[in-house]
Amino acid sequence: MMEIDIKELEKNFQKKIDKDIRIEPNDWMPDAYRKTLIRQISQHAHSEVVGMLPEGNWITRAPNLRRKAVLLAKVQDEAGHGLYLYSAAETLGADREQTIDDLHSGKAKYSSIFNYPTLSWADMGAIGWLVDGAAIMNQVPLCRCSYGPYARAMVRVCKEESFHQRQGFEIMTKLAAGTQAQKEMAQDAFNRFWWPALMMFGPSDADSSHTEQSMNWKIKRHTNDELRQMFVDATVPQAELIGLTIPDKDLKWNEAKDGYDYGAINWDEFWQVVGGNGPCNKERVDARRKAKDDGKWVVEAAMAFAQKRSAKKSA
Amino acid sequence: MTKQEALYQYLLRMGDDSLILGQRLSELCGHGPILEEDIATTNISLDLIGQATLLLEYAGSLADEPKSNDELAFLRIEKEYTNTLLVEQPNGNFGDTMMRQFLFDAYRKPLLEHLLQSTDIRLSGIAEKALKETKYHLRHSSEWVIRLGDGTAESHDKIQAALDALYRYADELFFENEVDAVLLKKGIIPSAKIIFPFWKKTVTEVLEMATIAIPKNNWKFQGGREGRHSEHMGFLLAEMQYMQRTYPNMEW
Repeated sequence: MMEIDIKELEKNFQKKIDKDIRIEPNDWMPDAYRKTLIRQISQHAHSEVVGMLPEGNWITRAPNLRRKAVLLAKVQDEAGHGLYLYSAAETLGADREQTIDDLHSGKAKYSSIFNYPTLSWADMGAIGWLVDGAAIMNQVPLCRCSYGPYARAMVRVCKEESFHQRQGFEIMTKLAAGTQAQKEMAQDAFNRFWWPALMMFGPSDADSSHTEQSMNWKIKRHTNDELRQMFVDATVPQAELIGLTIPDKDLKWNEAKDGYDYGAINWDEFWQVVGGNGPCNKERVDARRKAKDDGKWVVEAAMAFAQKRSAKKSA
Repeated sequence: MTKQEALYQYLLRMGDDSLILGQRLSELCGHGPILEEDIATTNISLDLIGQATLLLEYAGSLADEPKSNDELAFLRIEKEYTNTLLVEQPNGNFGDTMMRQFLFDAYRKPLLEHLLQSTDIRLSGIAEKALKETKYHLRHSSEWVIRLGDGTAESHDKIQAALDALYRYADELFFENEVDAVLLKKGIIPSAKIIFPFWKKTVTEVLEMATIAIPKNNWKFQGGREGRHSEHMGFLLAEMQYMQRTYPNMEW
């Protein structure tokens, strides 16, 4: 195609974006837009699937029948989110198995929060409340993302995430109102997950390489720091309500900006965990790889069986 | 044995089968061979935990000193659990998991169908809800047994090996004692002898389609229904009861 045509197509594409017209799978789109979305959607899908592991770690030890059932349902929802997100990535031409292999080889990333261990039952509360809470902050604006299949997947995901966030907060509320041992368990989980939850919004705006272009394309609607601020402002009063202490001595209300100031985030830790040196990076990826390797014979059997059946039908 | 005592025992059996199998399947959450199967297994686990919740709740209301379903699920000692040995067997590979599920579902479905006619309204109500779920479980496990049996040479050998290892536990599904005699007389439960031919028919048909054979070694293992379990049970309970044992008398 001539260069002039591409320029024209790009101009028309940006016009659609500016007028808030959704981009659909068969519409023309710049390669960089397609690549950015594939990267973001598959990372999101991997996060859902890897995110099943830290919570899956406590299903067999859930303290009562109701908690066990709710946790099972929650982790099952996450698998479902993974499925629709892989499907959304496929509408852009990404191959699901190749995408998954990129996760297993370490090429593709997922949300770093899942590289932290779940050490007590209270972590199920902290994850639901903080991690799903942070995910909602990120994902609600994605319901208006310029790419149609992603935006529509996000509408469904957000409905379920808000249920997850409530159940997490309910676990924490119960613990915080419980015995001394339960209160300590809750505070300890909160201490461990607070900072990693703030890191979930990604690097500061000054260091975020993808933000500007993604905002022009309306894939992203808020910067990382804006979303982080919204999360802090929403979460601090919730923690106070149930009597938990924010593990940040620099946290204080700032009247002028109508929000909280918070302490410095340990970005060294963030980059170490992103780079593979978190406490559970290896365990998480190994577990996913093992699931696929162990299931290889099952997939082969299902394919062989389907072929035999269709051969019988056509015979 | 009074009717109430017998019904308590019977509900424990059913509740424990659901609970222990649900617990076993929940170990697999996040580790399924493909994502679709992870969702299906988790869903079946969730159904079984739901059934256990209702069955043990009912059982608890009939105990000499009423107990909650959580007390029954988490605070009995090993020999007070009366699930069959089959459901406590480890997950093994995917074929082992599906075969264990299939042998159980093929029994549970006709049992629930007959319990719809129970003279005990509460039990027939639970059966009605559980039957809808169990029909799906049986369809799912049957399809996998057939697919693996008639898939590749490797999958055929694996599912045959699963049957060889698990078939010995199937007989216990039809265990009967005084509990059954008391409830049968009152029209509360069907005889296990009535359920057996339905199970046998399903198993024969599915295994034939799967091109696998019932093992010649026909030795039968029993004990779970009387509280004598396999070595695996203690570990399963240690994990499941961890929170309740470590932090007694707390609300969660």
